[in-house]
Parts: sequence; structure tokens; C-alpha cells
Amino acid sequence: MTGWIDAVIQGVLLGGLYALFAAGLSLMFGVMRLVNLAHGDLIVLAAFAILAVATKLGLDPFVAVLVATPILFVLGFALQHVLLNRTLGRDLLPPLLVTFGLSIIIQNGLLQTFSADSQRLRSGPIETASIPLGGGIAVGVVPLLTMLSAIAVIVLLNFIFYRTPVGRAFRATSDDLEVAQLMGVDHRRIFAVAMGLAFVVIGIAALYLGLRANFDPTIGPARLLYAFEAVIIGGLGSFWGTLAGGIVLGLAQTIGARIDPEWQILAGHLAFLAVLVVRPRGLFPRAQD
Amino acid sequence: MDDSAAKPAQTFRIETAGGAPRIAASIAVLIVLVLALLPMVASRTLVQDFIFLFYMLALAQCWNLLAGYAGLISVGQQAFVGLGGYLLFALTLIGGLNPLLAILLAGVISALCALPTALIVFRLRGAYFAIGTWVVAEVYRLVFAQIKPLGGGTGTSLTSSVTSSVPGIEQVRALLDVRTPAARDIVSYWVALTLVVATLAAVYFILRSRRGLALGAIRDQEAAAAGLGVDIYRIKLAVYVATAAMTGMIGALIYLQKARISPDAAFSVLDWTAYVIFIVVIGGIGTMEGPVIGAVVFYLMQRYLADFGAWYLILLGTLGILIMLFAPRGLWGLILNWRDVTIFPIGDG
Amino acid sequence: MALLETHNLTAFYGDFQALYGIDTTLEKGETIAIIGANGAGKSTFLKSIAGLIHGSADSVLLDGNPIGARPAAEIVKLGIALVPEGRRLFPSLTVEENLLIGGYGRKTSGPWTLDRVQALFPILKERRSSATPTLSGGQQQMVAIGRALMSNPCILLCDEISLGLAPIVIADIYAALPRIKAEGTSVVLVEQDVVQAMKVADRVYCFQEGRLSLTGRPRDLTRDQIHRAYFGT
Repeated sequence: MTGWIDAVIQGVLLGGLYALFAAGLSLMFGVMRLVNLAHGDLIVLAAFAILAVATKLGLDPFVAVLVATPILFVLGFALQHVLLNRTLGRDLLPPLLVTFGLSIIIQNGLLQTFSADSQRLRSGPIETASIPLGGGIAVGVVPLLTMLSAIAVIVLLNFIFYRTPVGRAFRATSDDLEVAQLMGVDHRRIFAVAMGLAFVVIGIAALYLGLRANFDPTIGPARLLYAFEAVIIGGLGSFWGTLAGGIVLGLAQTIGARIDPEWQILAGHLAFLAVLVVRPRGLFPRAQD
Repeated sequence: MDDSAAKPAQTFRIETAGGAPRIAASIAVLIVLVLALLPMVASRTLVQDFIFLFYMLALAQCWNLLAGYAGLISVGQQAFVGLGGYLLFALTLIGGLNPLLAILLAGVISALCALPTALIVFRLRGAYFAIGTWVVAEVYRLVFAQIKPLGGGTGTSLTSSVTSSVPGIEQVRALLDVRTPAARDIVSYWVALTLVVATLAAVYFILRSRRGLALGAIRDQEAAAAGLGVDIYRIKLAVYVATAAMTGMIGALIYLQKARISPDAAFSVLDWTAYVIFIVVIGGIGTMEGPVIGAVVFYLMQRYLADFGAWYLILLGTLGILIMLFAPRGLWGLILNWRDVTIFPIGDG
Repeated sequence: MALLETHNLTAFYGDFQALYGIDTTLEKGETIAIIGANGAGKSTFLKSIAGLIHGSADSVLLDGNPIGARPAAEIVKLGIALVPEGRRLFPSLTVEENLLIGGYGRKTSGPWTLDRVQALFPILKERRSSATPTLSGGQQQMVAIGRALMSNPCILLCDEISLGLAPIVIADIYAALPRIKAEGTSVVLVEQDVVQAMKVADRVYCFQEGRLSLTGRPRDLTRDQIHRAYFGT
């Protein structure tokens, strides 16, 4: 029984990580209708960047991610402005294929730079610290922080989207690109700001990816799939839905793993497909497709 | 409304069979004949290279039909390559079937699996469909990794009794006076040639049919096509299932030739989807000529640059992005800008 | 010098030419009306001025400066605002947010603020937190006009603001026009309702199949002239 309760708790907390993966993807789709096939690889790239900053400057990963945040914002802004804005239009193919190409470039660039070795972010005793809940059940501090960060990120994103001028511009651009321009909104700039913001979220996701488990250059695509599944399970257009989707996915994985360790990933995918069959618009739909 | 949709299709068909394409058809037949006779004189390495070229081209034509014509952008076609490969292993190793029969059956079973798969992933639209197909391919991979009689996660090999049971090997060995492994390659070569010609012919006739012309309408403007009474869903479903069957057969052939299978290789997104997309994009998406050019370019790059490993893949990714941004109609599009030619008269160049 | 001038303005949708060499002028404080049958090119004319369709730079002059090739987002900052055909409010923004986004790119201060727009159309204050799809057609049109005013334009382009509305609602909306003009704003109206257009416009331009077919002051034009310019002979 303890094992099952533990699996549920771990699953919910794992959902926090997946919500962080998914928030960036959801933001890009929400503002510019971009489905970014390189999303997972960007998370891994950010994890390596944090690792490099942390080792070179001798910083703790939590501090390193703070240092990296403005850099990530600029990188995201530039990526959108220089490359991805060129792919916008009615045709779905250019953004998909350009980000797919980007995914391959990032994976192999990382392979060339950092080798195929597994890496991990080190942050001292906090990594293994846990809070006992009694009855032999304990909650790891890092998983708990992951969940709290996911909630903080979602609150912040909701604040930006619904309480600030730039958030209004995000929503207006997403509603009607042409009329948004009539309002003086430079959509290319707005998209670049959204990507910069998405990159900051990617940086936070990368921090916890690297603290919780080993990572190497090849694991990006799987993170893309988890992020995507969380978005679809939760329902498009709502950041809180994304958190719910992440938790459903996390639960499916840990419960699957509890039955047979080899079934962890498969169970997550099957849960996603099941939701797709039963509720194709997700559990908490909001936006129109 | 239905009648007016059908009528232009009729006149269209008459217009598409001109004199120049007839010459092109004769040339195509000649090329196939030359290719069929090639193993008589070619080295074994060249024969193996051509097998690779053939199956990559066949896969590219399938993906092109999906994405370039039906607007179904899939990044999960490795699902059917792997499925076909594993079916070949299961049907020959466990079922004791003749490998050629197993290739055909792999196509049928792939189509049967594609149907329920489509019912699920078709719930996702546009770009989300792409990632959905990828998830499905992962599910296939993880499921086959659980099947212990087929080697589980580490995979398995074909026994030599299976690989040499392909009909014709003995005759080729006797006729051309070559050793058994070379004879095996030559038979595989002919099977691959047959498959690629069959795929090209199938895609060609699908596109020339009334449904194919409807596909052109889907690609150009989905809402308008629906307005003309074109049942988009059913046509897309038919294309998805047909390409799954073809892809499954190609997968079976690939793994008959490789004689060794593992889940990670058989369901590799890089080998069976990324390379294939690269071929179509660099050649010219939405044309039949494009993938032919793309396959040759890819083959040459693979032959001379693959040793550079990660750098080679970075180059592929960069080239793909540049083509997509600056020459979205690919090399064939550049040729068309320069000279107005068509080899496969489908209706739009 | 006229405030706004189009000079030999042409416009294309792909291969289809929608406008053929249109010459118009608009003086400061003036109201002009563009009339014409469906497909005459009236909306295309407004879109060309607003920067949604691009022509040669000197085909549109604002205070003598060429602006024909500028993107829409810059045009609005120069003081030209468009109330688009069919209202096109942002459905995921509330009424108040729709008004606020109208002032997104505003650089200069001017007469129009959120308070003043809400005073012009008091219902918009009452329903400030509503989602726009829940408003009536007339209320939606008020949001669309208010949204355009929020950028403090010197030229307001109005595309079919009476379309699909009941006569009494149209009267309500046109009642706001004098108060907008009182701030010195010039207005370009595209109207299918010729009678309404004649009532408020200082001058009228009639379009026919992408060409200018008649120009003049409403009182100088006969019913017959307009009929011919509208429908052709």
C-alpha cells in the first residue's frame, strides 16, 4: 500500500516537471500557433548551458539559471526574429520542418561539444534531501521545488497574459493577426518577445530536468513528446490545464512503472492516447483549435 | 455541386496526357530495364548501394504522398517501417513463411494496423498531428521491445535458412556464377526495384485518379475542397492507410536485407523519417520528380560525407532549413524555374 | 496641401487588379464618403491606406510624406486608424481590453482616453468586463470605433459601420460622428447606404469596378448622376 501511495505522490510531483516542459510549448502555440519540434532539444540545450555556466563560474545551478535567464531571453528573441518569423504563414510545413531541422542540429551540436556522456546538475545536499511524511513515505525536496516552480511559472504567465499590455498584445495577435497590426502591434516583435519568454521557461524546466536525473544530448525528443502530451491532455489554451495534463501524465508513468518498470514510458503514452480517444479536446479545453 | 466538381477532373485528365510525357514514359521504361539488368555487370557494393537508394526513394515517395499531397505531415512513419520489419521477422522466424510472401503480408497487416492508428491520430489537427504520429511510433517501439520471442529490447537476427530461402537465389547463383551472399543481394535488389517501381506507379496512379485530383484540392485549400463536396476525411484516411501498407512492405524488405532487427533501429526517427523528409524537401515537396532527385543527392551525401558523423547531420539539418526558407520547392522547383519540364504529368508541375 | 492624398493608387490581389489609379484628397477636419457597389474596391482602398495592402510608397501621401509602403503597425502610429469591415473585435479580450489595445502603439497624447471613449459610448463602460461575442451588433460596432479612437488618430477610416445594423442603431452610431469630428479628426467613410453617406459627408467619391467614376459635393450631385456612377451605364 505504501508503495502505491508513494507512486501517486511521485507521479503528481513528476507532473510538475512535465508542466514546466509543456508551459513553453503551450506559450509558443498560444501566441504564434507554432508547434516547435525542437522544444525538447532546446530544454536539453539549456540544461547543458546551465551545466557549462555552473562549472565554468563555479556557481550553484540555481544561481546559474538566474545568470542564464537574460541570455536565454535574448537567444529566444533572436531565434524567433531571425529564423522562425520567416516560416510564418498559412502553410504548416515550413515551421514544422525548420524546427525539425533545428532539433537535429541541436542534438548533434551537443554531441559534438559535450560528447554522448550522461551529465547531471550538482547542487549539494539539496539533491538528496527529503521531507518525511510519516508511514515510511517521504517527499524529495527537488521534486517538491519542481512542482512549486511549475505553479509559480503558471501564475506568472497568467499574470503576463491577462494583466499586462504585452499579454493583451499576445492574445490579440493570436486572435486576429491582421487587426492586431492595425492596433500598432508589430507581430514579429511580439512573437520574438513570446519566444524569449518561452526560453526563460525552458531554462527553468532545464534546471529541474538536470537536477532530477541524468541527461545526454539524445533525450530531447522524448521531452518534446511528454510536453506535447501534457498540453493535449490538459486541453489547449490554458496554463493550468497544462499542469493538470502534466500530473495525469506523471501519474500514468509512475503507476505504470510500479506495475512493471519497463512500462513507465509506455503507460504515459497510452494514457495520452486514451484521453485523445475519450476527450479529443483534452480535459480542460479553453481555446479554439 | 458534385457534378461541377467532377467535370473539370474529366477535362483535366485529357489535357495531362500530352506527347512529351509519352516520350518520358518510354524513357522511364528504358531506365527501369537498364536498372533491372545492372546487377549482371555491377559490383556487389554498387548493388547494395542501389538497394539503399531504392528503398529510401520508395519511402520518400510515400511521405511525399502523405505530406506533399494530402497535407498529412507525419514524423512517425518509422512506425510502419519498424512494424513491417518486425512482421517479416515474426512471419518468417515464427510463422515459417516464405520471405517474399511475408513482405506482402507485412503490407496487408500494416494497413490493418494503420486503420485504428489513424482513427486516434486523426483527432489531432495540422501540426499536432505530426507529434501525434511520433507518439504512436514510440508506442510501437515500446510494444515491440516487450515481445520476448522477437528479442525484446535487444532485438534478433534472421537465421541463414530464412535469408537463403528467398526464391531465386539458387538460380541467380547458378546463372551469374556468383557466391550465395552476392546472389542474395541481387535478388534483394530486384525486389527493391520492383517495390520502388510499384510505389512510384501506385503514387502516380493515385494522383492521376479523381481522388488524386481531389488531393490537389485539399493541399491547395481544405475549406474550398470541402465546399466542393470532397470527403476530405475519407480521402486522407485512404492515403494514410495506403502509404502505411507501402511503407510496411518497404520496411519488411529493408530488414530482410539487413537480417538483424532491434526496436531502436527499426523505429528510428532519424533513419526512417528525418532522412526521408530531407530527401523530399531537398528534391521538391509535392512533386513526383523531387524525391527522385532528393534520393540521389542524399545517397551521394550519405556515401561521401556520412563519416563526418555529427557534423554530417548538422549539415543535413542546416541544408534542410535553408532549402525550406529560400527554395521551398526544392531542387526540382529550381529546375522548373529554369526550364519548364515535367516527367510525371500529374496535372500541376 | 491636403492632409491625405492618394495619387494613382493601384492594388492587386495576386493577379487580380482591384484598384486602377485612384486619385483622392482629404483635408483636415473634412469627412469624405466612398460609395459604390459590392466589389467596387472601397474596402481595398481603405486597406491600402491603412497599410494592409502595399503599393508604391508615393501612391499614398500623409502631409506630403510618402507612406504607401509602410506596414500597418507603423501607419496607425502616424495617426491613421481603421475600423475594419465586420468589426473584427478580439474575442479573447474583454470590452475594456479591446479599447486598451487600441491605444497599444500610441506615441502622442490626444483627446481620446479610455474615460472619454466610455463617455462617448456609455454602454461600453457598463459592459467593460464582458466578452465581446456577447455584445449586440451595435455595441460591437461601438467597441470597434472606440478601439480605433484610442490611438488618437487624425484620420479615422470607417469600413461599413452601418452594415447589418437596425436603422435606430445606425442612427445611434452616426450620432457619435459630430463629436469625433469636433476633435478635428478627418473621416473617410465607406458606405453602401448612399443616403446616410450623403447626409454626413462633405464630399463623395463613387467607385465602379476599381475606378473612380464620380466626385463631388453631395448637394451638387443629381440622383441620376449617382445612379450612373454606381451601376454603370
